[in-house]
Amino acid sequence: MINAVGRDIPEEILKITGKEIFQGNHYKDGYTYKMDGPMTHVVMDGRESKLVPSIADVLVKCGIRDGMTISFHHHFREGDYVVQMVMDEIHKMGIKDLTICASSLGKAQNGIVPYIEDGTITNIQSSGVRGKIGEAISAGKLKGLAIMRSHGGRVRAIESGETRIDIAFIGTPTCDDYGNCRGIGGKSDCGVLSYAIVDADHADKVVAITDMLKPYPNFPAHISETKVDYVVVVDKVGDPSKIATGAAKPTTDMRKLMMADYCTQFLIHTPYFKEGFSYQTGVGGASIASTVSLAKVMQERNIHMGFGVGGMSKPMCDLLVNGQVGCLLDTQDFDLDAVEDVKELKHFRISAGEYCDPYNKGAIVNKLDFVILGALEVDTHFNVNVVVGSNGVITGAQGGHPDTAACAKCSIIIAPLLQGRIPAVCTDVTTVTTPGESVDVVVTDYGIAINPARQDLIDCMKDVDLPFKTIEELRDIAYRISGKPERVQFSDRVVGIIEARDGTVMDVVRQTKPFEFS
Amino acid sequence: MIIQKPGIAGTLESSDAQVTVEPGDGKIEFELESAVINQYGLQIRKITYDTLKRLGIDNVKIKIVDKGALDCTLKARIEGAVYRSCNQYNDLPWGGAIQ
Repeated sequence: MINAVGRDIPEEILKITGKEIFQGNHYKDGYTYKMDGPMTHVVMDGRESKLVPSIADVLVKCGIRDGMTISFHHHFREGDYVVQMVMDEIHKMGIKDLTICASSLGKAQNGIVPYIEDGTITNIQSSGVRGKIGEAISAGKLKGLAIMRSHGGRVRAIESGETRIDIAFIGTPTCDDYGNCRGIGGKSDCGVLSYAIVDADHADKVVAITDMLKPYPNFPAHISETKVDYVVVVDKVGDPSKIATGAAKPTTDMRKLMMADYCTQFLIHTPYFKEGFSYQTGVGGASIASTVSLAKVMQERNIHMGFGVGGMSKPMCDLLVNGQVGCLLDTQDFDLDAVEDVKELKHFRISAGEYCDPYNKGAIVNKLDFVILGALEVDTHFNVNVVVGSNGVITGAQGGHPDTAACAKCSIIIAPLLQGRIPAVCTDVTTVTTPGESVDVVVTDYGIAINPARQDLIDCMKDVDLPFKTIEELRDIAYRISGKPERVQFSDRVVGIIEARDGTVMDVVRQTKPFEFS
Repeated sequence: MIIQKPGIAGTLESSDAQVTVEPGDGKIEFELESAVINQYGLQIRKITYDTLKRLGIDNVKIKIVDKGALDCTLKARIEGAVYRSCNQYNDLPWGGAIQ
């Protein structure tokens, strides 16, 4: 069946998953449902200890068995040890057919590929998959389907009961013996635990894993003892040098600085740039440079940001220190400056649900004016791909991209026109992850294209001196330099689905076929 | 032109290609490793055969390790490898066989 972004979703996939095709951003507006709750094993006897000596013991206590769904968060980013240490123990016990529901998976989890190959893990649900796991899924090694969903979509899936988590493993920098978790104060600080909060709220069993046991009560808790069944102390939950890296140096790449300047000039000429505006950006070189150049204009014109939301890095925290933003609403910390800044009074921790869940009574992204986002590919329908590389291999994650783009009043995609030889603007993206109806502007080093659906923005820019082009013109420039790319050849088997934030199917990902000259 | 000995040109840097040529077994043997083989494999093969034809070469083993080079870069690296393999460093036919 053809969905709202023109992708043909096989009937068989709809049958297996029980899902509908994507029918536009607002298809589920006003939907009413009863949230799913966890099975709760009550603890009334204060003499009962939650401390368990090892991962192996806690697996037994939680009743691990074949076919269960277990969950993890990705706040330890590339330094995470938790997924590997839990999966190693599960593998030793000979458990099979597990579903992993992770907020994201990356290079830190390369070591679980053998467990995909031997059937320990047969289903994966994640924001995306980088590294070897992505390659394994694209090569058809996962028995079941990989479901790629946005950060908001993951919360929706868990709250609606579509995904029921049997055991949540929550790595935490600090914890007391009764389960109060905090993202700071330990030796492997990740700042916040935002993505794990929905797991703690809805999983039947919740295990906190820490390398720094604190005296009771470890307050203010980021995840409360009332949600936690067991606490395990291990040597190391992660490699601190890979959890939060030093702040990215301001880019000196003239191409990125130029794109950042285009982006800022565009942004300040929209009607949304006024006292109290709200803003989110990623951590790419050009996005960071945009925040820096925007801060300058804000200072010149005495305009203040109301709030900044999403993943935090030094340039956002600088806005707070300099009094240029009312508060920061933090879901993830990308560098040590951001981790450190969590201690500031106006730097608030929020859950992934508060951030961008489409299935609650209104998330923060609904209040967002601007979001600046990256892309692997954008096509002439303004559809964006952030998950599947142009070579057809799963290589990225949706993160909050589809959530923020759908909700922000002005969604700006910033990408160099060519990444190596690969055109970032093309006729049809390999895989749609964010629909064109969510995307308002595409900023490249060769020009800026406004989505024709946003005539209001086109009108605002009438007298603005920026290199405006149509999206087709940008594509043609790219193809003139690089040559027109061939369509990547896939086999028929569907290995993954790209889920829209409301749970419908945006696109499918097929198994790759080794290239052969015909 | 006749390939007399192995010749190499180019690097493994991003957006470059490393081209190696060796004397062949009476035909063109083409081998390609490329980061963009799925999208540009056919185009790279076409550029290679076109360039070799222009240089008058029909007996060569040519191997390209491509890191996303544009056509102009690929052509230049192939020409470089071929002329090195023929020991020709002077009187290069700029605007003739070398386009």
